[in-house]
Amino acid sequence: MSRLDVRKTYKLYIGGAFPRSESGRVLPATDADGEVLARVAHGSRKDLRDAVVAARGAQSGWAGRTAYNRGQVLYRIAEMVEDRRGTFVEQLGADGRDEADAEAEVDASIDRIVWYAGWADKFAQVLGNLNPVAGPYFNISAPEASGVVGVVAPGEPPLLGLVSTLLPVLVPGNTAVVVASERWPLTAVTFTEALATADVPGGVVNLLTGQPAELLPFLASHMDVNGLDISGADPGLVTAAQQAAAGNVKRVLADPPDHWATAESPYRIAQFTETKTVWHPKGK
Amino acid sequence: MSTPAVVDPLVSPVTPAAIRAFLGSVPSVDEVAVHARVGSLATRSIKKASKRSAIDLAIRMTDLTTLEGMDTPGKVKQLATKAVTPDPSDPSIPSVAAVCVYPARVRDAVEVVAGTGVRVAAVATYFPSGQAPLDVKLADTRAAVEAGADEIDMVIDRGAFHTGDHLKVYEEIVATKEACGPAHLKVILETGELGTYDNVRRASMLAMAAGADFIKTSTGKVVPAATREVTLVMLEAIRDFNALTGSVIGMKPAGGIRTTKDAIKYLVLLNETLGTTWMTPELFRFGASSLLNDLLMQARWLAEGRYQGPDYFTKD
Repeated sequence: MSRLDVRKTYKLYIGGAFPRSESGRVLPATDADGEVLARVAHGSRKDLRDAVVAARGAQSGWAGRTAYNRGQVLYRIAEMVEDRRGTFVEQLGADGRDEADAEAEVDASIDRIVWYAGWADKFAQVLGNLNPVAGPYFNISAPEASGVVGVVAPGEPPLLGLVSTLLPVLVPGNTAVVVASERWPLTAVTFTEALATADVPGGVVNLLTGQPAELLPFLASHMDVNGLDISGADPGLVTAAQQAAAGNVKRVLADPPDHWATAESPYRIAQFTETKTVWHPKGK
Repeated sequence: MSTPAVVDPLVSPVTPAAIRAFLGSVPSVDEVAVHARVGSLATRSIKKASKRSAIDLAIRMTDLTTLEGMDTPGKVKQLATKAVTPDPSDPSIPSVAAVCVYPARVRDAVEVVAGTGVRVAAVATYFPSGQAPLDVKLADTRAAVEAGADEIDMVIDRGAFHTGDHLKVYEEIVATKEACGPAHLKVILETGELGTYDNVRRASMLAMAAGADFIKTSTGKVVPAATREVTLVMLEAIRDFNALTGSVIGMKPAGGIRTTKDAIKYLVLLNETLGTTWMTPELFRFGASSLLNDLLMQARWLAEGRYQGPDYFTKD
């Protein structure tokens, strides 16, 4: 007798929980041949609204952790993804990729998480400065998190693109509201399941599956979102998003790299920081 | 259907026996039915123009409140200014009903709201505990009225209520009402300390019989404060009292109401229990502080179509 299939329900990730979309809608996720593999939650603007509330609630706590501890937590994500390596390879393979290619993407993603985790207690030394001033003062500039950052993950590559856009946002203490790849959302949902078992506090990462064209206008115009990485968005959506983001002068990064495979840089971390400069008497 | 007889629910003179008989006639509350009723009324979807009109009504019903030991004249004046003009960038937003402060801060609020139609409410009678001799409570009340308070929010002596000394509770409300003079009297039951819905219903009837113009759930200093369930019980008591005497008494849930969604659910409850007569700031108030900013954010979201953040509204 054959067993019944036990299929996974692909849900949203908001505030550390896995809700369905409040709208009750779902979208089919298809493989390379157009075969329906699963149905994912079709996130709505109200899910987005809830995700921003969760991200805002988690932000001060995440930024308030020591840089070293944030690095440890981010490294733990790499451990959890490594633990699910087989699942990720199989899932990426279902998209018509050969196994070696899928394995290469998973390996590169894990390595990239580790790479950014290492920056958590180092970026301030590189991006900060002791400024020369004409007086008996220390004048120190230090980067601090911008706040809540919206991310539209690139359609391809599904895992490496997500990791490459999300991790630099988290490093300085921002929290994120991510719109997953529309083309291939399954891997992003599996990634949130890894996040939930890493030590990432609830609300630090919130991920919506659905249609970026539907969600991005509300994310870009949201007055309680401080930054927006739309490097992965469809180029047709970028201009309108930039205009909407001007309402509260969000920091916008719309800079798709030539290859996501090499797109790791401390300047992606710098993009979503604010520089605080303090003067301190030097004494004699 | 015959019109209800207008009667004095308590025969004079008021004796412990008369009060016992009166409270004994108050039916008990079906707790499960209250929860079911509140649950079913929470599913209404109020959108667009209806939502905007509900937001405006909720703003006009708000008693903008600050009751902290650290209240300064400056903070109260700032709050009173916000009460008059909640959103300076949007003239379509109405003023709130009242500013609610401690008696010592009444003059500061009056200075700002004089002539604007916004009233000043003061909590009195040794708020929030009510554990002081009656003459002290009455002096507290008179001082607030003399300072210019239009409304007095008094607390009942919950200790006396629990020990069965309902006459003391009754007489204190009567005495405070007299001390209020022209000022409206809201009676705070502090439902979070009354324990059961039966007690809430009895205390509501007692307060109304003693001359309350409004009955109010909570001080905001005790958890739980206002809930929709307790509000429904009190609204039904108001309805019963109206049927019994013809008096029209107001209701004020206070404490813990923070979002527009919440406020609209209360308005649905009010409309479905007492009808449109009560849908006015003269007969329904929200005791709140952080609620106002959420109402303003929702109004601007409706106007602009983009989600709002708290950084763009004044902090209370």
